[in-house]
Amino acid sequence: MFENLSDRLESTFKKLRGRGKLTPSDVEKGLREVRLALLEADVNFRVVKDFINRVKERALGAEVLESLTPAQQLIKIVHEELIHTLGETAVPLNLSGPKPIPILLVGLQGSGKTTTAAKLARFLKKKNLKPFLVPADVYRPAAIDQLKTLARQVGVACFDTQPDQKPVDIVKHAMAEAKAKGYDVVIIDTAGRLHIDEEMMNEVEEIKKAVEPRDVLLVADAMTGQDAVNIAKSFHEKVGLTGVVLTKVEGDARGGAALSIRAVTGCPIKFLGVGEKLDALEVFHPDRMASRILGMGDVLSLIEKAQEAFDIKKAKELEKKLKRDAFTLEDLRDQIRQMKRLGSLESIIKLIPGIGNKLKDMPFDEKELVRMEAILNSMTPQERRYPKILNASRKRRIAKGSGTTVQDVNRLLKSYEEMRKLFKQMRKKGGLQALARNLFGM
Amino acid sequence: MFKWLRKKDKKETAEVPEEKKLLGKFKERLSRTREKLKEGLGEVFVIERNVDEKFFEELEEALITADINIDTIKRLLTPLRIRVSQGELLKTSEFKEALKAEMLKILSLEPPAFPPEARPAAIFVVGVNGVGKTTSIAKLGYRLKKSGFSVLFIAADTFRAAAIEQLENWGKRMEIPVIKQKLGADPASVVFEGLKAATSRQIDVALIDTAGRLHTKYNLMEELKKMARVAGKAVEGAPHQNILVIDATTGQNAVSQVKWFKEALPIHTLIVTKMDGTAKGGIVLTLTHLFKIPISFIGLGEKLEDLEPFDPKAFVEAIIP
Ligand SMILES: Nc1nc2c(ncn2[C@@H]2O[C@H](COP(=O)(O)OP(=O)(O)OP(=O)(O)O)[C@@H](O)[C@H]2O)c(=O)[nH]1
Ligand SMILES: Nc1nc2c(ncn2[C@@H]2O[C@H](COP(=O)(O)OP(=O)(O)OP(=O)(O)O)[C@@H](O)[C@H]2O)c(=O)[nH]1
Ligand SMILES: [Mg+2]
Ligand SMILES: [Mg+2]
Repeated sequence: MFENLSDRLESTFKKLRGRGKLTPSDVEKGLREVRLALLEADVNFRVVKDFINRVKERALGAEVLESLTPAQQLIKIVHEELIHTLGETAVPLNLSGPKPIPILLVGLQGSGKTTTAAKLARFLKKKNLKPFLVPADVYRPAAIDQLKTLARQVGVACFDTQPDQKPVDIVKHAMAEAKAKGYDVVIIDTAGRLHIDEEMMNEVEEIKKAVEPRDVLLVADAMTGQDAVNIAKSFHEKVGLTGVVLTKVEGDARGGAALSIRAVTGCPIKFLGVGEKLDALEVFHPDRMASRILGMGDVLSLIEKAQEAFDIKKAKELEKKLKRDAFTLEDLRDQIRQMKRLGSLESIIKLIPGIGNKLKDMPFDEKELVRMEAILNSMTPQERRYPKILNASRKRRIAKGSGTTVQDVNRLLKSYEEMRKLFKQMRKKGGLQALARNLFGM
Repeated sequence: MFKWLRKKDKKETAEVPEEKKLLGKFKERLSRTREKLKEGLGEVFVIERNVDEKFFEELEEALITADINIDTIKRLLTPLRIRVSQGELLKTSEFKEALKAEMLKILSLEPPAFPPEARPAAIFVVGVNGVGKTTSIAKLGYRLKKSGFSVLFIAADTFRAAAIEQLENWGKRMEIPVIKQKLGADPASVVFEGLKAATSRQIDVALIDTAGRLHTKYNLMEELKKMARVAGKAVEGAPHQNILVIDATTGQNAVSQVKWFKEALPIHTLIVTKMDGTAKGGIVLTLTHLFKIPISFIGLGEKLEDLEPFDPKAFVEAIIP
């Protein structure tokens, strides 16, 4: 639904390129596209304004004006500034000082506090700490039950909250019990509350005063719209946040709320919730979030990854060979090896924006690559260089050597032929750059 | 934003004592921001002035901060700009009324009958995680019961911890029976069993609580389709109504939510929850603009009574006071 920012900038600048060099007003036009992209990503309006003003200064510098690829330059600057705003590095939980260490989770209704509490408990347990979960939501039906069930699933202790207890008393008792039983971290799950509900906000303030938590984390939904700033600001003013957990990030929300919240509170985003299961908690990566907010999936990290993995010299050689129509099975094997170095294919596919909804959750057959390489490895160098010599008996030998079947070998040869044909066509149409563009959507 | 509509039974907090100066100041500041929030779009219209480019700019900003998307803003403002260029609506007060009228045009869609006529009427309540599906079912059950219908809850969220207990808890309060299986059971089989029970007990309305699911998750959306298919096997023509629940705090992602849920099931109507917050809920305009799906109810709190039929006029008055 949203056009990629990269495409939009390309087309904005293409119109202007006829005149040669870009002017400052052209850059302003480009920045307007950036602004739109950020608004579509739900970054708060005022936050966008400030951000664009900051970027403008850099964008009007020579970097962009004199660049042959101004769109890419501008994106690079915007991306860098976004990372800068989001916080350059991940900030861990504050686990220093005397134990037990209280951590308080707060947020609006349904944002994911209870689930996140259990995820954090699991995370800390893996670090060989002894967490203690404390249900302090006595309002929502079965909220206590929910955390108790999750605690059992994680295999950690949970305070035996009774629904008629007052939250402030619950947390005091829980802290005492944690001290007595030697728990390391006390994770307090509170009821969802609106930031304008004075009574409930006073309650959470009281809880905070009672336990003096080392970390107060705002649990916020990645799908939150413009109001994220008001929510974050109110919670921050009332209880003094130390960090943020952004949940439901694995969906297709662009997550502009991350930028809004960070901008108004200055608090680091510490974790991302990426699923309903209890292992679906990730440490926050500002660079990935930046690309995502720009609607570029994770294209930037994908390209970086690809650049790291692909051997430039080999790529040049390949290009020459393709020009001469000399692409052999030997080259195919190199390609497969490089692909494998890129890491899990599935994870890469997911990084690409604009991929169909369906494909996203489809299992991707990585085994296929392994099988292909095995077949190629079972060939002699001569066979790889001159595939024409592959007769029936050679194929049987290769199948046996690679633990595959003759059909598998034939399938590989067929794919190879198709690739060669494709390369031939491309040579006519305009070369490898077009291929790269097709592959990476750049 | 709909605080004023809400039947409040909580007592207003008492005046802050004089000696707590620091706290008082803080509260004052808080209430000042709140005032500003409440005004929202109204701010643009506070002072009567001429409609000019500067005004349009401010108005656009205000519409954006209400989570109305760019396409909808264009849809709203294009006809008005034309009128302005023809010498009409030159004062902001005139413009304001015309804008409200444009909004009403978008919002005035007739919601389907509630409950639908079939007996038992099978209603699926679906949506992404944590939007308020289970709570809305409780509220709908309360409403139906009050108007004399017999109701049954079907606990088809077999995934989330204590989701079944949550629904049971609501059921118990209202003496509404709940059909359930255990955590991890096949949700389609719960639906089947539930609808069979509704038939044999001659229940009027069966409300089906489904697990929260992100619309991007292929297998979970397939699961939803399967549940609907199975419902049709248990009761002729079921599901008779599919309600998608949208959280008013949601930004542009709501568009994607509707798009993909609609792909899985026909979505007959929306419930927009958490309208008691400060989010302006402008996404409502965008959703009705883009998908033409009517809104039946809005959620205004966590209690059983906190559900109101959606009133486009009241909504527009709230967004532009
Ligand atoms: N897809 C997805 N769902 C999540 C994530 N985190 C939480 N959820 C789901 O969101 C819903 C609400 O989560 P809860 O943990 O109950 O939220 P809460 O903030 O405790 O809710 P209240 O206590 O009612 O305010 C549940 O369906 C969770 O499974 C996440 O990272 N991804
Ligand atoms: N303020 C406010 N809170 C609401 C409203 N509707 C629901 N809630 C709260 O939102 C939270 C989530 O509600 P649920 O009904 O559990 O949401 P759900 O969609 O069933 O969640 P999952 O089943 O986990 O996906 C709870 O804390 C509810 O009390 C509303 O209209 N206003
Ligand atoms: Mg909770
Ligand atoms: Mg539910």
